Amino acid sequence: MSVARRLLRSRKGALGLCVLLVLVSVALLAPRLAPYDPNEIHLTDQLAPPSPKFLFGTDEVGRDVLSRLMYSARPAISAGLVTVALAAVVGALTGLLAGYRAGAFDNIVMRVWDTLLAFPAIFLAIGIVSVLGPGWINAILAIAILNMPVFSRLVRASTLAVKNREFVLAAHAIGCSDRRVMFEHVFPNCVAPLVVQMAIAAPEAILVEASLSFLGLGAQPPEASWGNMLSAAQAYLYRSAWYALFPGLAITSVVIGMNFLADGLQDALDPRRIRART
Amino acid sequence: MLAYLVRRWLLLVPTLALASVLIFAIITLAPGDPVRMKIGFEATPQEVAAERERLGLDKPLPVRYVVWLSDVATLNLGRSLVNSRPVTTLITDAFPNTLRLALTAFAIALLLGLPLGAIAAVRANTRVDAVITAFNSLGLAIPAFWLGLMLILLFAVTLQWLPPSGVGNPGTPWYLSLHFLILPTITIALSNLSVFARFVRSAMLDVLSADFVRTARAKGLKEPTVLSRHALRNALLPVVTVLGIQFGRLLGGAVITEAVFAYPGLGRLVVTSIQNRDYPVVQGALMLVVLIFLLTSIVVDVSYAYLDPRITLRRDAA
Repeated sequence: MSVARRLLRSRKGALGLCVLLVLVSVALLAPRLAPYDPNEIHLTDQLAPPSPKFLFGTDEVGRDVLSRLMYSARPAISAGLVTVALAAVVGALTGLLAGYRAGAFDNIVMRVWDTLLAFPAIFLAIGIVSVLGPGWINAILAIAILNMPVFSRLVRASTLAVKNREFVLAAHAIGCSDRRVMFEHVFPNCVAPLVVQMAIAAPEAILVEASLSFLGLGAQPPEASWGNMLSAAQAYLYRSAWYALFPGLAITSVVIGMNFLADGLQDALDPRRIRART
Repeated sequence: MLAYLVRRWLLLVPTLALASVLIFAIITLAPGDPVRMKIGFEATPQEVAAERERLGLDKPLPVRYVVWLSDVATLNLGRSLVNSRPVTTLITDAFPNTLRLALTAFAIALLLGLPLGAIAAVRANTRVDAVITAFNSLGLAIPAFWLGLMLILLFAVTLQWLPPSGVGNPGTPWYLSLHFLILPTITIALSNLSVFARFVRSAMLDVLSADFVRTARAKGLKEPTVLSRHALRNALLPVVTVLGIQFGRLLGGAVITEAVFAYPGLGRLVVTSIQNRDYPVVQGALMLVVLIFLLTSIVVDVSYAYLDPRITLRRDAA
């Protein structure tokens, strides 16, 4: 059975995939799906509770919360995908080289990653954003950087595991260049753990981006993001409970879905895991 | 054992050195002029130059790094650029608050997470397991700051049982303001509990299918004895390794929670200092956080070697 079929067969994997699909379609179709412009101000309806007119209520200046939630799917999903893609590319390249070449390069790269890992993630993110300045792009960069060590170590470990196997030695023996051996013979063996790690890191990245935006270091108002909507909502807790409820529900359901997808993917790529677990 | 400890400590040196360079770089590269922040934009160029010299900001970067590092080594962390209070005072004021919060939350998360994970493993693939696993999925996905907001909404806004933020009046002794700790502690504990529960579950499942557990059952031991003496003890070994990482993460997560509850801890100190470009405070606080993080990882390593004698033996043989 192929990986994709196994993924769809598992309840978690299928559910996770559905959540991801819904999220992506909402992000892409936000202008068509959203009932209002996310920045349109309805002066007479500030902090309105949910009603047929505003399904999820309105915020402190009278903007439609549902529309803003829909548009916020864009920064959220790109936070999940872009950071992880960036981290995976850098991590894969450095990990491959470090594992393959060993020696000084390996030592230096690994010490650098050790150093990054010595900071609690959110402190490191805050530190990087404080250098680059608050803003969505910088938050994305920071999250990508703090994900790099794990990807790099993972690829390095897989590289070390296969680099002395017969098929790699054979590739050398028939005269393949180092680059060719690395990318065509060693790298394919790193793909499975890499994909799993991407699936694990993406929802985590969405959470960190929301946290940074909540602290005012990520997406800047008036641009809507789930994090900065919640930080605005905190000021109005006593007047409108609804306002703080929906952005959090959005984050939670997306993260649960993507965690399920990661679980399903792990099982699909390694069928032994399922048997071992029961 | 001693040789192993020494080697472990020596490995700390390059990491700490690199971390100090990184922290120094973060602070020096950060945009904004601390001199202007301090004396305002109306100051004459002469005044600016004088202040710059007084703060030592006119020297080349490597010199500033060495000066800063020797200051750190002697715990002379300078004064805040904003309110001129010594950084060590600011940190020693804030850190106990964070530690109190983090340790209590850590203890609660462990006390609930371990049994929850163990029960889920023992009753694997039953309804109990499904409920615990669902709870864990939820716990891993809920952002701590939103959980905090919802707790405030429920217990402070609606029920009015607990204060929504702060730590009470400055003069009040700490044991009279404990109720301020409840909501932030629950927030941090709940968002870490699931990590433990999940990890214990999978560790326990691994052990339960091991040969020695089958042997223990085969020789007629009672199930509770098998579970507690044989399975749980071995399942806890891998759990110990994540404790250190998890404590560091919890400390980091406390930043966000402190922001939600306006709790005067280390995290809030760092966040406000970054906003004010208060370099010395940020440097000192980050240094402390990294040190704690690295120390916990060493403590964990050592206790792991202590709990599992095979580890030291293997390293000595190598």
